[in-house]
Parts: sequence; C-alpha cells; structure tokens
Amino acid sequence: MNPVGIDIPRADGPSKVRGDAQYVDDIRPAGCLYGATVRSPIAHGKLLGIQKDPDFDWSDITVVTCLDIPAQNVVLLMTEDQPALADGVVRHVEEPVALVAASSPARARAAVAHIKVLVEALPAVLDPLTAQNNPIQIFGTDNVFKQISIHKGDKTDDGVIVEGTYTVGHQEQLYIEPQGMIAVPRADDGLTLIGSMQCPFYIVKAIAPMLGHGRINVIQATTGGGFGGKEEYPSMLAAHCALLSIKTGAPVKMIYQRDEDLRATTKRHPSVIKIRSVVSPQGELLQWDAEIIMDGGAYNTLTPVVLSRALLHLCGPYRCPRQHLEGVAVATHTPPNGAFRGFGAPQAMYAVERHMDAIARTIGMDPVAFRRLNLIRDGDTTPTGQALVDTGAHLVLDVALKAAEAEVKTPAIHPGGGVGRYARGRGVALVFHGCGFTGNGEARIKGKVAVELQDRCVQILTASTDIGQGVDTTFPQIAAAALGIGVSRVSNAPHDTAMVPDSGPTVASPTCMVVGGVLRTAALKLKAALQAETGLDTDDFDTLLDARTHTMALRVMAEYQDDGSMDWDDATYSGDAYPCYGWACSVVDLDVDLDTGEVLYRRYVSATDVGKAINPVIVEGQLEGGAIQGLGYATCEEVVLDDQGRMINDRLTNYIIPTTLDAPEMITRIIEIPYSGGPFGAKGIGEIPMDGPAPAVASAIEAAVGVVLNRLPMTPERVLSALEIKERS
Amino acid sequence: MTQFSLNGHTTSVDAPPMTRLIDVLREQLRLTGTKEGCGEGECGACTVLIDGLPVNACMIPVVQAEGTQILTVEGLAEDERLHPIQTAFINYGAAQCGICTPGFVVAAKALLDAQPNPSRTEVREALAGNLCRCTGYQKIIDAVVEALGGQP
Repeated sequence: MNPVGIDIPRADGPSKVRGDAQYVDDIRPAGCLYGATVRSPIAHGKLLGIQKDPDFDWSDITVVTCLDIPAQNVVLLMTEDQPALADGVVRHVEEPVALVAASSPARARAAVAHIKVLVEALPAVLDPLTAQNNPIQIFGTDNVFKQISIHKGDKTDDGVIVEGTYTVGHQEQLYIEPQGMIAVPRADDGLTLIGSMQCPFYIVKAIAPMLGHGRINVIQATTGGGFGGKEEYPSMLAAHCALLSIKTGAPVKMIYQRDEDLRATTKRHPSVIKIRSVVSPQGELLQWDAEIIMDGGAYNTLTPVVLSRALLHLCGPYRCPRQHLEGVAVATHTPPNGAFRGFGAPQAMYAVERHMDAIARTIGMDPVAFRRLNLIRDGDTTPTGQALVDTGAHLVLDVALKAAEAEVKTPAIHPGGGVGRYARGRGVALVFHGCGFTGNGEARIKGKVAVELQDRCVQILTASTDIGQGVDTTFPQIAAAALGIGVSRVSNAPHDTAMVPDSGPTVASPTCMVVGGVLRTAALKLKAALQAETGLDTDDFDTLLDARTHTMALRVMAEYQDDGSMDWDDATYSGDAYPCYGWACSVVDLDVDLDTGEVLYRRYVSATDVGKAINPVIVEGQLEGGAIQGLGYATCEEVVLDDQGRMINDRLTNYIIPTTLDAPEMITRIIEIPYSGGPFGAKGIGEIPMDGPAPAVASAIEAAVGVVLNRLPMTPERVLSALEIKERS
Repeated sequence: MTQFSLNGHTTSVDAPPMTRLIDVLREQLRLTGTKEGCGEGECGACTVLIDGLPVNACMIPVVQAEGTQILTVEGLAEDERLHPIQTAFINYGAAQCGICTPGFVVAAKALLDAQPNPSRTEVREALAGNLCRCTGYQKIIDAVVEALGGQP
C-alpha cells in the first residue's frame, strides 16, 4: 500500500503520550551545572561593568562576562552585529550581560539576583517610526536593516482612491516548552550541544566564530514547539552554555523560566502598513501602493528576510496592473524580533485583507464579490513579474464558503449568541503564501539528504527536525513510497550534526516540499544502487535485498538540484519570488459581547491548498494549530512594553493565548493543487494557516457591530472603545 | 519524610515540605513525564491527579501530598498496554510537539473517571486548564470524546 496520503499514526506518538520522550530538561548529564543570565535593566546605555554583592557566598558560583569569550564576541547569523554578551554598551533591555553557573537552578538564579549591572543610561529609540536616520545610531549609519522596493506598471489616479493604515503589534511564539540547552565538554576539547531547536546547523555556524574552532556537534532533543521561536534564538543559549561549560569544565544546562523567555526572546515583528489603492467604480483594482515599516529590534537577526516575505505578500492574492510596494525594516532599542510562523506574511495579509474590506465598503460592494472580481488567475503576474500557474484562489474561496453553509452550532459555553448583548457576524479572508525560500534560496542552501540501508530497514539522515509538525512521520512515508516498502521499515535518524548532512534549516515550511523532494531522490538513488549492486532491474525492494550477497549498510546521498526553472533577481527584486504558492480561505463566525467587547468565536472554517497531503491528519493538525495562533493574534495576544521596551505582561496570566474555551470548533478542508516540484505534489503548509484568521476576524467584527478596527490585537478594550466611539457619533 | 502512593506504589521522599511536587517528581524521583511550561499553574503541562483530581504539580508543596494517591502520566499505561486516552491521542493526531500531552491525557483521565459520557462542551471545560499551542485543540477534543466512547 502506498503510504503517501494515508493517516499513518505519528512515529513519535507513543513516546509522547507515555511521557517518555526526552526533552532537553529531561536530560541530566552527570555532574551537570545550571546556568542563568544577567541581563540589561535598560534599553540603551554605556555598560560600565557588573558588581557582585560582597555579602553573597560566591564560592560555588562561576561568573562569565564578555572577557571570557575565547575568540570573537558574536552569535553569527546573517550579520555579525549581535554579541554573545554585551561589551561596553547595551542596546536593548534584557540583553545578556553576564552568565552564572551553579549547582542548582535556584542557586544560579540567586546569584543573578546578587549581581548588579552598572550602566549609564543613554537616550533610547523605541519608536520604529522615528528610527530611520535617527541621530542615535543602533545599526549602521541609518538604523535600517533592509529596504526593498518593488514596482510594476505605471501610476494612475483615475478612479476611486481608498487609503488606510494598519498596525500590528508583537506576537510571542509561546512554545509550551521554554527555551533550553545543554553544553557537554567533549574529550577532544570540543563541545556537544543538546537542546530544543529547529535548526541544529545554525548553531554550529553561529557559535564557531565565538569559540574560535569548529569542534562542535549539535543534537536536537525532542522539541516542545518552535513556530520560528526556536529558529535563531537557540544559538544564543548555545553560546551561553558553551561559555559556562568552557569556564567550569562541566556540562551546563540552561532552561529559561517562562517570564525570562517572554521578556528576552524574539517575537513577531510589529509593523505599520499604509495602503493606497485606486479602483474603478465597478470595483476593479487599478493600482495598489503599499508600504510597510517593520520594527526589527536592536539586532539584525533574520529581519531582512522577514521584511522580504512581508513585501512579497503585500499585494494579496489579487490581480492588479500597477503595484508599488515599499518596505523598510528599522532598528530600535528593543529586544530583537525574529522568525515566527508566517515570517512577515501575516502582518502583510492582515493589512491587505483589511484594505480589501475598506475598498468594498467605500464603493458599496459585497466584500466577497469584490474579492472574487479581483482574485489572481492563471497567467496573471505578481508585483515581481512572476506569471502564476495553477492558481487556487477561486477554488479555496468556493470550497470554504460552501463548507460554511453548514449550520453553525454555537458551543454551549457561549451564552445567548446573536441576541441581546451579543451581536453576530461572519468574516471572510482570502490569502496566499509563497512556499519555501524566496528566489534562489533553495539553490543557495543546496540541502542534502542521506538514506542508509541497515539490514532490511532504511534510515533517513537529515537536519530537518521534528518540532511537532510531524516530519519524523512524513519523511518515512515519502521514502517508503519511493522505495515501495512499508513505512514501518523507515525511520528518521536522530538529528546530530556529527551524523547527518545539512539539509537546510527547518523553517519557511519547505521541509516536506523541498527536503522531502531531495529525500525522494535519495530513496530512488538507493534503489538504483541496489539494482547496480545486484544486477537486477526489478523495482521490488525486497527482491533486491534478497539478491544481495552480504548485509553491509549502504548509504547514498542526494542534494537539492536547481532545475533552472526559477528566474529571480535579488538585486532588482524581480522574477520568480517563490517556486509555488499555497492558497487559503478563512470563514470565521463569532459573537461580539456588546457589554465587554469580548469576541466569542463560534466556528472557524478554512479551505487550504496544500499541494498534496502526505499525511492528512498531520496536515489538518498544522492547519488547525496555525488557525488558533492566528485567532489569538486577532483578539487576545498582546505584548505590552514599558518605557524601556521591556515586556511587562511576561506571564501566562497576562499574555493570553487561546484555551479550549476560546477555541472554536473548526471545519478544515484540504485542497490539493499539486506542485510539480514537490514530492507527490506537496507544498509547504506550515505557515499559510497563520495568515487568514486575523483579517477574517476583523471583518466579522465589522459585520457584527459595524466598527472598523485596523489594529491588532482586537482586545476587548479596543472593541469596546470602538463601540463607544460609534455610539457617541 | 513525606509518604504518598505514586502510580500505585508507596513512595517516601525526603524533601523540605515546601518543595514543589513537580521538582520532587522530576528531580528526585526522575519521573520526567510531568512537564513544566510556566511554573505558575497556567499551562497545565504539569497536571497530575491527586486523589483523582487534576492539579498543577508546580503549585503543590510536597507536604500537601502526604497520604494522598498521586497519578502521573507514567502511571496511565498498564505495562505495555496504553490507556485508551493515550491510544486515541495517537490515532487522532492529538499530540504534535507533545510537551502538553502528558498534562492533557492526565486531565482527560480525571474527566473519564468522573463523567463517563461527556459532551464536547464538557470536554472543553474539563481541559480548559491545559494549554496547547500546536493543535488548535480540535484533535485533542476529538480524541478525548472518542476515548470516552462518544462520537467526535
């Protein structure tokens, strides 16, 4: 039986339901010490040093500062701007200044509390709108991480002009397992790093310059959620554990407490987006001008790439002859923002869909009819000039609206919906999402995959980590299908950089689509190698194995091959931005509590093009999990900063994510428009479900109570305030 | 010394009375299936049953466990045979990253014992103290309703 398209139960299911799976905090090397971090109390200042409380017993405490760094003080990512420990200057609140190691986590935290950071405050830039070219320099000479312009067509003002400004705040990934890492000294004077992460090879590259050598191997522990938050930040923990381990000569474990994790680690980029559009009286889009200002925080991290994806989605899945997009990502004295599921697209899609509603409202058209009139079709071009094929905007819209015709059964936990103090509304959003890396990203990364025949089973060696998205199950399905064997005979090898090839990072949802494709090639190469070895030309894997004269392991490797189909120019930002696109439509039904401003979700319907669902249950899980993060982004997840840029709602009591009582029942429809470059047609699907919920909710609130909200999140306070303004006017 | 029954076995621990139960379980007894997600009783990843009721082990000083019966995720399966809730979690795809899963299956066990045939709303209410960031809860609720013999 072909295992592709079947709901194979997760390979990691049994160990996870038993509680056996080993997450980083479950691992305790002999003689392990515990690390903790001393952090900057202010946004910007001259770092004069640290002062240890003379009344504290320091006898069993090791302290590390930037002076202990063996080579270069950097955690390397795209640029070399971010130090492992601040040296001379602090550029954001909670910036790591020093480290301590002790025999217990409590003792380490006590030591941190007895270290005073001596700083002389300097004026700080916290507002991204005043950051560019601010005389107070944070990054480069102009505080700009990246600036991009995309232009298609000329300009016109001949039509109805609609303008709008859309504002989105930070969002926390809120993996339930906090960040954690262990460094263990190796016999060769190197280090093994074990931790919760998405990208083991990132860490190797990030900390080698700091160590001054490459004697590092990185092992992924079972990882309790990532969502982008464990893409780049684990490199910082790895650097810190490494420094403490070098100084103490012992294994060192660091597990962030939740409040520290919330205050110090990366978030989704806050953004301000302005759109000015020109439409014909009949509702055809004639021109679309959009600009985004994105707050990158104090260091570059992955911000340029996030800006890029935001800009490439700032047109929506709509056709328009004139599109002019401008984006700038700036530096502020706030904790760096970074990767988070959707990677810039949720900010852009929210603004685009809000603006589509604004146009429909202005010209008096039904919002769905207006979208249907303008949605992008085969042969239409994107702002970068990419001619699209196999578009699915119309299909997902139709399927979602059809599915939404089913009666909405309001959960009994929501009282008296639609009457009295509750107003009822429905909203629709239509989105697209570029799959995989931008432009020539895959060709540059050249992801490698090995497969190894061991006895009669096959092991897959990749750096593509399972962070809950199911790759330990779907990869064996892909390989088993290619080899024509049962999926139980194929498994993913542990992700240890000493053992597996670099398949590229587990980000941007290309794992299944791109690495899965390389895996399929590798599996076919294994079969070909067996055919060559045995001299048989049969496709039957077991016949080939039976014909072998020995049982020696056989390993083959495949590498991503650029088929030349992508024509992308990074200098001019023109051409084929993504190898393919996914399409999705969200239909949300909700009640607004007129007394409290609270939004009660009744039901969430989505239709999403996934190319091919390798494992439908896993795909549904991705779509539903992304949806709930989007619904949280819409109404309850708000990061509140104080005058130093410090997150003050740094607990789960006041940074609110949806619970079972907030989450609606969901109807999840999978559409399969195959992508010829993906294994069995699969596309990346991890991020697209994050894009649609927030604008659909805004639209539904507008339908329910007639107020227009153009800022995320739409908290009860903001909804209530808008209702009061509406009543007064 | 504090004595209690842990997954059916009489257990004594020597810990200061205000030691958090989660630390006793994880660090002293090395039962690491009980997870810590927030340390303040909000996420439910450390849910265990004390005398059949779900509690957050991060909020319970060990002294309060004296003389009680504690069930952790490690006590759910009988030998190699998974509890029906565990099987349903696998079959329905209710575990993704899995860090919240032990807390959910333990909380669901409490519901199963108290209410053999709950509605979906009752399942939602019973699991409202457990946070999951991966699933959107749909598959978890499906799994629990199925494990309890209802129709998802």
